[in-house]
Amino acid sequence: MELFTNQVLAGIATGAIYACMALAVVMIYQAIDHLNFAQGEMAMFSTFVSWQLMQWGVPYWGAFVITLVFAFVGGVAIERILFKPLAKAPILTNVAGFIALFSIINSSAGLIWDFTIKQYPTPFGSSPFLGSQLISTHQAGMIGVTVLLLIGLFFFFQYTRIGLAMRAAASLPESARLVGINTSWMIALGWGMASAIGAIAGMLIAPVVFLEPNMMGGVLLYGFAAAVLGGLTSPFGAVVGGFLMGIFENLAGTYIPGVGNELKLPIALALIISVLVVKPAGLFGRHIVKRV
Amino acid sequence: MSAVEDVVTEAPAVEAVPKRAMTLGTGTSVVVLLLLLVVPVFAKNFVIFQLTQLLYLGLAVLALNILTGGSGQFSLGQSAFYGIGAYITAVMMEQFNIPYFLCLPAAGVLCFGVGFLFGQPALRLSGVYLALATFALATAMPQLLKLNFLEPWTGGVQGLVVTKPDAPFGLPMSQDMWLYYFTLVVVLAIYIFSVNLLRSRSGRAFMAIRDNEIAASAMGVNVALYKTLAFGVSAGITGVAGGLSAIAVQFVAPDSFTITLAIQLFLGMVVGGVGWLPGSIVGAAFIIFVPNIAEGISKGLSGAVFGVLLFLVIYLVPHGARQVAILGQQFAGRFRKN
Repeated sequence: MELFTNQVLAGIATGAIYACMALAVVMIYQAIDHLNFAQGEMAMFSTFVSWQLMQWGVPYWGAFVITLVFAFVGGVAIERILFKPLAKAPILTNVAGFIALFSIINSSAGLIWDFTIKQYPTPFGSSPFLGSQLISTHQAGMIGVTVLLLIGLFFFFQYTRIGLAMRAAASLPESARLVGINTSWMIALGWGMASAIGAIAGMLIAPVVFLEPNMMGGVLLYGFAAAVLGGLTSPFGAVVGGFLMGIFENLAGTYIPGVGNELKLPIALALIISVLVVKPAGLFGRHIVKRV
Repeated sequence: MSAVEDVVTEAPAVEAVPKRAMTLGTGTSVVVLLLLLVVPVFAKNFVIFQLTQLLYLGLAVLALNILTGGSGQFSLGQSAFYGIGAYITAVMMEQFNIPYFLCLPAAGVLCFGVGFLFGQPALRLSGVYLALATFALATAMPQLLKLNFLEPWTGGVQGLVVTKPDAPFGLPMSQDMWLYYFTLVVVLAIYIFSVNLLRSRSGRAFMAIRDNEIAASAMGVNVALYKTLAFGVSAGITGVAGGLSAIAVQFVAPDSFTITLAIQLFLGMVVGGVGWLPGSIVGAAFIIFVPNIAEGISKGLSGAVFGVLLFLVIYLVPHGARQVAILGQQFAGRFRKN
């Protein structure tokens, strides 16, 4: 039983990371209807920026805030410069653009900071949390930050004018434009926010997986999977999906014989596909009725 | 957040391509074919190998094109079918001593079966959901190929070495050149088959589903059957392409068939033009040669250079090589009038 609780708690902790990443995925998906394959690399780059700032002597939280601003501005700039010209191009061409962006960021980070593994500090410390042996303070901190982020986003979308405008621009762009919403900038804003959320996920996970240009590869996959599991149209679903992914992944690795580390991802993906076959829009997604 | 229903009028993910615009004209086809026939005679063995690579990767892109450009379904799992095809060919050739030209049809048929079966549960998924499902298949494949109980046949992590076939009937040809012409014949046969398939009743059903699934089913198209059929045909052709690659590279290993390969095939399709079959070869050329060019420009930044080149291509021609071809045709038409 103790093993079980242990695994579930550890799953919740890694699930918090997936949840963050899934949130970022859903943010962009809501804004532009695409899955951004370069999301993980954007997060990785921001994390490197924060690391560099700390190397230059900036304290953790200072670096954290500067990085968030950098990530936000960077996200907006990428949308304005690279993807706005592609707005009228076919969807698959846009996907190719994401792959190109992935390649550019990954390669540049490798050139600037090289591919050696770097230590990354944690603001919460790594001692056991509240004297319990089950999770560390860093893991508890990750869960806390994710929950705070979710609550913040909920209030932003539900109770602020700009949040409302973003939702309007995402669901019915034409009508939103008619009531005077600048839909084009709402998309850029979505990119910026997604980039900043990704940066938070990156900075939270870096102490666990260490810092290197390929660190987000696996995490992004889980983030996608979590977002799809929860329903791509629901930020809340994305977070739940993230936690479920983390827990399931850990339990499958522990209890299903012969799974181990190598087969964890395929098993998790297989689970998601079975969920999707039963509920094609994901657990919390909206059912979309198409008009012919 | 859950019970809300959205009503949207959705544009299809893939644009409609008229049937006639899917192929090259007769004159151009003949010129291209002549080039493909003559060039190897004057080329070195390494160039011939690269041309062979171009042909079988082009075949794999063509297969994806039939699925995405034809029936509107998106797949990131092509590397899995490619790997299965390569392994079936390699295992049959090396473990059971079956001649290579018999292994390829076997790979095609078995992959058709796998694709058709995979298409069954995937029927309920579309768009990004389908992309994720196929993606899962692609990530699982290298792990499945490494499984212990398959090791006596597959060689596990080590992979399998494949013998290169000699030219038959004592023809005075190097192995590379024979393999090139053999590949050319297979690829041409499948290309002609694909063009005819897309022009047939089934092909029109694929396109009707791509353009509007609900309208297609209202007109009496069996949507489930044709969607899985498209998956099966695409997987089968990909399997043959994988088999050809196994013979040409003379080696199969689990890690050659990762998601990276699936992404490359996807890029090849976009660069070639979605739904334009001759573009498949152009796309294959892009994914084979552009990384080399990028490496030549800057070793450390080759990934970034590749990304920038890819961006350039999609800015200039968002519809891929098809757009270039259409422009060329218009230009030629104007030229003829004057």
